[in-house]
Amino acid sequence: MNGTRIFYVLAALFALCVPLFGIYPIFMMKLLCFAMFACAFNLLLGFSGMLSFGHAAFFGSAAYATGWLMTAHGCGPIAGVAAGVGVSAALGLVVGALAIRRQGIYLAMVTLALAQVVYFVCLEAPFTGGENGLQDVPRGALAGLLPLKSDLVMYYAVLAAFVAVYLLIRRIVHSPFGQVLKAIRDNENRAVSLGYDIDRYKLLAFVLSAAIAGLAGSLKALVLGFVTLSDVTQANSGEVILMTLVGGSGTFFGPVIGAALVVTLQEYLSDLVGGWVTVIIGAVFVVCVLAFRRGIVGELAARTFRR
Amino acid sequence: MADTPIIETRGLTKEFNGFTAVNAVDFRMREGHIHALIGPNGAGKTTFFNLLTKFLRPTRGVILFRGENVTEAGSAELARRGIVRSFQMSAVFPHMTVLENVRIGLQRRLGTSFHFWRSESSLGSLDRRVMELLEAVDLADFARVIAVELPYGRKRALELATTLAMDPKLMLLDEPTQGMGHEDVNRITALIRKVSANRSILMVEHNMSVVSTIADRISVLQRGQIIADGPYEEVSRNPQVVEAYMGSADAELGAAHA
Ligand SMILES: Nc1ncnc2c1ncn2[C@@H]1O[C@H](COP(=O)(O)OP(=O)(O)O)[C@@H](O)[C@H]1O
Ligand SMILES: [Mg+2]
Repeated sequence: MNGTRIFYVLAALFALCVPLFGIYPIFMMKLLCFAMFACAFNLLLGFSGMLSFGHAAFFGSAAYATGWLMTAHGCGPIAGVAAGVGVSAALGLVVGALAIRRQGIYLAMVTLALAQVVYFVCLEAPFTGGENGLQDVPRGALAGLLPLKSDLVMYYAVLAAFVAVYLLIRRIVHSPFGQVLKAIRDNENRAVSLGYDIDRYKLLAFVLSAAIAGLAGSLKALVLGFVTLSDVTQANSGEVILMTLVGGSGTFFGPVIGAALVVTLQEYLSDLVGGWVTVIIGAVFVVCVLAFRRGIVGELAARTFRR
Repeated sequence: MADTPIIETRGLTKEFNGFTAVNAVDFRMREGHIHALIGPNGAGKTTFFNLLTKFLRPTRGVILFRGENVTEAGSAELARRGIVRSFQMSAVFPHMTVLENVRIGLQRRLGTSFHFWRSESSLGSLDRRVMELLEAVDLADFARVIAVELPYGRKRALELATTLAMDPKLMLLDEPTQGMGHEDVNRITALIRKVSANRSILMVEHNMSVVSTIADRISVLQRGQIIADGPYEEVSRNPQVVEAYMGSADAELGAAHA
C-alpha cells in the first residue's frame, strides 16, 4: 500500500515537471486526454462490468460540440467544454437506456450500432464539416483571463482536469454507489433480491462514463485545435478498449499506462514505419493478452499481493 | 378466519415452451410459520420460488402478499416490500468482504446508494448492526475476509446474514443446507429457528430431519402440483407422498420418522 503512495508521488512529480524535461507538451496533453478516455471506459468495463464497443461516440460528439461552439459561436473554453460534457452525458443516457437491458456481448452490440449512427450523423450534419471536420478551434482564455494559447498553461489546465477526474473515479468506486456497482458486477440476481433496481445503477454508471469520455474528447479538441471524423470512428472505440485491457481493466492506474503505451507507440513509430504502426500495436495487444491476462498493472498488483 | 396468509397463490402456473413446470398451484402460508416445500428433483420448487419473487413471470395465476395482489410487482420492489429470497446455489458477493456482503443488505435504507460523490466511510454508521448480524451467524471473526475464501457452510451462513439485514417479513430459502456436513446442517437449522421469530420462512429442504424438527407445516410438490399439505406427521403418512418419494427419498422419510 505504501508502495502505491510512493508511486503516486513520483507520478505527480513527473507530471508537474514534464515541461522541464523538454517533452513535447502537445504530446503529453494528447496522452492525458486519451488516459482520461481510457479511465472513463474502465469505469464502465472494469468497475461496472459493462463492455461498450462504441465509446468513441461520446468522446467524438463532445469534441464536435465543443469545437463547433467555440469556432462558430465564440464560446469560451469553460462553456464549450461544459457543453461537450453535457452532450456526451445526454447521449450516454440514451445509449445507456437502450443498451443496459441486454447483457455482455449483446449490450456491446447495441453500443456498436448506436455509435455507428452517431458516426453517420457527424459525417452528414451541416455543422461538423463533413470529411474535413472542424479546423482551427481556438483555445480561448480561462475565465477570460488566463490565455490557453500557451502550451504550458494549457498543459497544466489539462493536467488539473485529469487529476480531478482520476480522483473522481476513485471516489465513485469507493462510494456507497460504488459498493452497489460492485455487488451488481459480482452477483446481479442477488443484488436484485436485495431490493436494488439494478438498471438505474447501471444507467448512472453509463452516464458518468460517457460524461468523462466526453470531457476527454472536448479537451482533445482544445489541445489539438481540430476535430475530425477519426474521433468518432469505430477505430477509436477499439483503441480505448485496447488501452484499458493492456494496462489492466478494473485497476485505477492501468488505463493510464495502457493509454501512454499506445499513444507513445503511435507517436514515435508512425514516422518510422508508417501504416505498420497498427500492426505493431496489434501485436503488443496480443502479447499482453497472452502474457498478462489482467493487463500490466493488474498483473503487477497480483504478483505483489502473492508475495 | 381473520388470519390473512402472508403469501397466497391462486392458480399459479408457469409453462416453458409447452412444458408446465408449475401447474395451477393454490398455496397458502400462515404468517409466522416456518413452512417447508418438499418434492423430488425437478418438481418445480425453484421455479415456484422464482415466480413468487418475479425472477420469472407467471404464465397465469395470482400472487397475494398479505392479501394484496403483487402479481405485477418487480423483483426488486418485492424485496423492498419484505419478500427476500436466497438462491439454491450459494449467493454471496464473492469479491466483497464478509462485512461488505452484509452491509449491502443494509445500506439501501440510508438513501445514499446513488451518491457517487460520497465517501464509502459514510457507511461506517452501519458497522455496528453488521457486526451484530455477523455475530448471530458466527462469522464475526471473518468480517475482513473476502467472501470467496470462506468455506461452503460459512458462505451459506453469510448469505443468511445478508438476507436478515433486509429484515424481511418473508424469507424464501432454497435448500439452505444442501451439500453441507452434519455440523453445518445443525448450525444452520438452529439459526433458521432462531431468526424465525417475528417473521415467516418458506424453505425448500430435502433433509427430512431438518424439516421434521423446524417446519410448522409442509407442502409437497410433484410435477408442478401440490399433492399434499399439512403438518409433518400427517403429510409423511400420506400414501401419495410416500409413493412420490419411492426410492432414495423414501428411505429418508422413513429414517426421519424413526
Ligand atoms: N428456465 C427454464 N426453462 C425451461 N425449463 C425449465 C426452466 N427452469 C426450470 N425448468 C424445468 O422445470 C422443471 C422444474 O425445475 P425446478 O423448479 O428447478 O425443480 P426443483 O427446484 O424442484 O428441483 C424441471 O423439469 C426443469 O427442467
Ligand atoms: Mg431446485
